Amino acid sequence: MSLSPEQVRQVAHLARLELKNEQVEHYARQLSNILGMVDRLSAAQTDGVPEMAHPLDMTQRLRPDVVTETDRRDVFQEHAPAVQDGLFLVPKVIE
Amino acid sequence: MNAPHQLSIRELSDGLRGKKFSSRELTQHFLKRIDTLDPQLNSLITVTAARAQRQAEAADARIARGEAGPLTGIPLIQKDIFCTQGVRTSCASQMLDRFIAPYDATIVEKLDAAGMVMLGKANMDEFAMGSSNETSWYGPVCNPWDLSRVPGGSSGGSVAAVAAGLAPVATATDTGGSIRQPAALTNLTGIKPTYGRVSRYGMIAFASSLDQAGVVARSAEDAAVVLQAMSGFDPRDSTSVERPVDDLVTGLNQPIKGLRIGLPKEYFAEGLAPGARACVEAAIKKFEELGAVIKEISLPNSPLSVPTYYVVAPAEASSNLARFDGVRYGHRAEGVKNLEDLYKKSRGEGFGAEVQRRIMIGTYVLSHGYYDAYYLKAQKVRRLIYDDFKRAFAEVDVVLGPTATDVAFKLGSKTDDPVAMYLNDIYTIAANLAGIPAMSLPCGFVDGLPVGLQLMGNYFDEARLLNVAHQYQQATNWHQQSPKGFA
Repeated sequence: MSLSPEQVRQVAHLARLELKNEQVEHYARQLSNILGMVDRLSAAQTDGVPEMAHPLDMTQRLRPDVVTETDRRDVFQEHAPAVQDGLFLVPKVIE
Repeated sequence: MNAPHQLSIRELSDGLRGKKFSSRELTQHFLKRIDTLDPQLNSLITVTAARAQRQAEAADARIARGEAGPLTGIPLIQKDIFCTQGVRTSCASQMLDRFIAPYDATIVEKLDAAGMVMLGKANMDEFAMGSSNETSWYGPVCNPWDLSRVPGGSSGGSVAAVAAGLAPVATATDTGGSIRQPAALTNLTGIKPTYGRVSRYGMIAFASSLDQAGVVARSAEDAAVVLQAMSGFDPRDSTSVERPVDDLVTGLNQPIKGLRIGLPKEYFAEGLAPGARACVEAAIKKFEELGAVIKEISLPNSPLSVPTYYVVAPAEASSNLARFDGVRYGHRAEGVKNLEDLYKKSRGEGFGAEVQRRIMIGTYVLSHGYYDAYYLKAQKVRRLIYDDFKRAFAEVDVVLGPTATDVAFKLGSKTDDPVAMYLNDIYTIAANLAGIPAMSLPCGFVDGLPVGLQLMGNYFDEARLLNVAHQYQQATNWHQQSPKGFA
């Protein structure tokens, strides 16, 4: 499997990564090599094998539905790049 | 008497309680070594001297009150992947260069509560993605055994610091070998416990079904004491296992006569360097002398572990790293046109090349049209790898093999070839995919460079692994060697 520069641009868009033009060719070559290595999986016989998403067969633990977190908004927002009146600021979304 | 950086944790603890030295003096000793020696290594991103002094004073007071535990007053270094309240937690990424964690990881809380003294935060591969510690935003770490070589990764700062005697012990994390491979390359003992044994709360996520925290130390005994304090159920981690923690220390001295050791033939096939092979084979002889029964086994799907990992881990990483959006915390790009542009520029600038590669691979294998062929296929092969171990542990108590294919390689020698870099982890990845505990311990040298031996155990069998490693270390002195220039 090899990725074209155009496909790399598309994947980077899906992942919300801005790439410089000179990076695209380089990544296309490297990602193609990685996928080439990964393609060895296609030879494995996996008919009827259940998928394994997680190393331990565990069920999701539930906890009582009570408030356990305290309000630490001010602390968390100290690290935000831009805030105002307790809100995170982003560039204008609605014209 | 040996200098403090040559003593075991038990000797340090005895010294503290016997008033041979105070925790403040110990802390000063290690901070001074960091000051003079770390410029050669770059093993630390942040030194927390003032915090360390305060913790050392508190530890001394606790010792004076007779309330000290085995770790009270012992200095350590935390890998910079663990959130430390009020201290920069960068994950070695420009993305988090100015991130001051607003809370502590559970293991930080636990080790603080045990009275340990944090000297600083260790360098690592960016977001723990790498096998050489060359992807760090803060620059590569050098191996104290040969400064022109890598220390391994991703826990390269943790191992370089402990191997150079800048701290008695360090925390580390292991998603595909990031504790064991660097431990092997620096002559340390490193253990990755069973998935779910140590809380992941406050440990910055890379691949959530594979990540597990552990320890790098200068002996199995040191590693056991610290792992004991880190382990246990944590309601704040939804994959933490509700199960009592075994006593990891008391059983260390049990003889291993009759222990059944399996040697997977796939781990001794082509690709293992002759020097490393000779060291591992000599260790096998030593285990036979100690009364172990050696048996050849097969883990037939092991050649598929690297390709499986490079689907599963990037897929999980691409999801986990979606949180870095330039809005709530982390790097934010300047001069953007709109919200999408803010995301793209912040992430394009804030993430390094290896992280970007893995995000893109992950995004690709999860995308429409490729999900079945890559992601579901990899999850099925993951089951085959797990089944291999299930069969193996029906026959043997532990599985033994090399940790890495060779000794530490030269800085820069593999940075342009991601696939060559990935193949470093050929022997370590399977344990993460299966979720079993595994460790690396020193077993010899090739041209003055350390070689590591890997032990893998059944689920929750950490006590046995540490016992086996300790018995080997009672009969050998490889682990007591330290690098020239850092004596």
